[in-house]
Amino acid sequence: MALRRALSRLLVNSQRCSLISVSRAQGTSAPAAYEEQAKKAAKTPKVQFNWRDALDLEGLLTEEEIMIRDSFRTYCQEKLMPRILMANRNEHFHREILNEMGELGVLGPTIQGYGCAGTSYVAYGLIAREVERVDSGYRSVMSVQSSLVMHPINAYGTEAQKQKYLPKLARGEILGCFGLTEPNHGSDPGGMETKAKYNPSSRTYTISGAKTWITNSPYADICVVWAKCEDGRVRGFVLERGMNGLSTPKIEGKFSLRASATGMILMDEVEVPEENLLPHVSGLAGPFGCLNNARYGIAWGALGAAEFCFHAARQYTLDRIQFGVPLARNQLIQKKMADMLTEITIGLQSCLQLGRLIDQKKYNPEMISMLKRNSCGKALDIARQARDMLGGNGIADEYHIIRHVLNLEAVNTYEGTHDIHALILGRAITGLQSFTVGK
Amino acid sequence: CFAPFLCLRPPQIRVKPDRTGVVTDGVKHSMNPFCEIAVEEAVKLKEKKLVKEVVAVSCGPQQVQETIRTALAMGADRGIHVEVSGKDYETLGPLQVSKIFAALAKKEQADLIILGKQAIDDDCNQTGQMTAALLDWPQGTFASEVTLEADKLKVVREIDGGLETIKIKLPAVVTADLRLNTPRYATLPNIMKAKKKKIVNVKPADLGVDVSSRLEVLKVDEPPQRQSGVKVETVHDLVEKLKEAGRI
Repeated sequence: MALRRALSRLLVNSQRCSLISVSRAQGTSAPAAYEEQAKKAAKTPKVQFNWRDALDLEGLLTEEEIMIRDSFRTYCQEKLMPRILMANRNEHFHREILNEMGELGVLGPTIQGYGCAGTSYVAYGLIAREVERVDSGYRSVMSVQSSLVMHPINAYGTEAQKQKYLPKLARGEILGCFGLTEPNHGSDPGGMETKAKYNPSSRTYTISGAKTWITNSPYADICVVWAKCEDGRVRGFVLERGMNGLSTPKIEGKFSLRASATGMILMDEVEVPEENLLPHVSGLAGPFGCLNNARYGIAWGALGAAEFCFHAARQYTLDRIQFGVPLARNQLIQKKMADMLTEITIGLQSCLQLGRLIDQKKYNPEMISMLKRNSCGKALDIARQARDMLGGNGIADEYHIIRHVLNLEAVNTYEGTHDIHALILGRAITGLQSFTVGK
Repeated sequence: CFAPFLCLRPPQIRVKPDRTGVVTDGVKHSMNPFCEIAVEEAVKLKEKKLVKEVVAVSCGPQQVQETIRTALAMGADRGIHVEVSGKDYETLGPLQVSKIFAALAKKEQADLIILGKQAIDDDCNQTGQMTAALLDWPQGTFASEVTLEADKLKVVREIDGGLETIKIKLPAVVTADLRLNTPRYATLPNIMKAKKKKIVNVKPADLGVDVSSRLEVLKVDEPPQRQSGVKVETVHDLVEKLKEAGRI
């Protein structure tokens, strides 16, 4: 008896009813009925919970960062979103997007000079988030160009190399790729088998080896390749399409990042002039410096994909009626969305702090590892949950979520797998390395 | 010149409980789309070296500065923020705005005023025409094409029957229609350059303009809830129902 009375009180309680009707009003399945809530709002001006930005990330951005994000978001939604369905389905790489992004000045955005914008790392993160909201493949293309090709040339190259390559890369006129991973050496780049042999007579290096899983390589005009020199040190070289012995076959049968072209870099005694060596770095610090730059962008980007999946699942479950009520009325569904909201919100706050630290030059690589790992792992989980919430429709590419699920498998793996970043952190926490079997 | 407007992104636009207007708190404001087209046209004219300087003007509270910055990021040279806030802003309409624009045009010695044909929050379609009248300048409204020919402006106007081409002397007022151009995305370098461009703050009183409104809003209502329709079996039934409802 008491239970029934309590239950009826709960159902009749006007506040609860108006809350339900307001949330239904956000969907397309129910009419708007907001009077009760509006009366309440008029009496006590309170801070509304904003599920789109729960901890007011917006309030922590500068006006410039907001403008950059808004302008680029409009471009991504208007120009990239319409292409992605077919690009992904047919595995077609739109080379033009590099030129479009170049026009907007978003390639190599943190570089000063050489036709680049010279903006903050936070802005770079916001840009990555907007592209990946559309597709991780597009964001991979942008990350490679900015962090893995333009950055090493800017950080480790000669003035002549910078003048020769950076402005064209910034405009998207030429496309670059980054050759580190090999068929037999992924997580342990130090064991690479690609060799560079110096020829004093011709002042060239002869490079032989194979790189694989190289984003952009089938269409790249230049390749920044890392090879082991005779002194055992790893160094970077800029190879150009047309050099003898250089080929970039496409990798077929990919189910992830289909909108971006991935291939190999095969080098059969390629003669590279010594001017193409990146002289200002040697050892693995070179490639790792680039990877950290890219990983930071990925930390932001993955959350953009997660946000898309969360928002899409929310709208779908508000619209879809089963057993007479929207799916969103169900507890299991709401719990999933609460988890998504929490991870995305917390993740973005941490990315902002990391961006600010990088801009102040107060960061270290472990911070980046921590957030790349967190964002990718959480985003993959969110995408999978969202796929499940869409039921059968969730496997159709027209609903987009399945594409993010497939993409995020690669995003979670490349630039350091989830587990490898855990080892990086483990070493920093304990002082004990656990990468190799030896001490 | 342009004015900001209400952006219709979710949450839905709601009528205020006292029915004097719509709720604007927490709604993201951005540039009126027709005014965006106007800014783009002005920047294009500057790029063709047909005009010397593009000044972006907006009337409203503090937030309006963001919109002016967007215009600066698109390529305008400097901005003027005419500060109108609170009650004055709620009652600010085309007549007061055109008085402000007319006063500014004289002060800045402008040769051309370009604005959107109408604001998408009130759909008045009056400001451009009123401004031209106050200045006694010719006007080319609903422009879908603007060409400068010596000291005259050739304007192709979108009218109900098709297109009308007119030639007007400068100085003149032009209002932008949808097909005039496609506004550019503000590029990163331009957004960063916009930071250094100046926005000057001005009050209507400084221009000798009285912003009090001669209009009183009696009430604002939501459109009526859509009623469900009725299915009929035959065309005969349809005609009967229409007759019953007094429609035919």
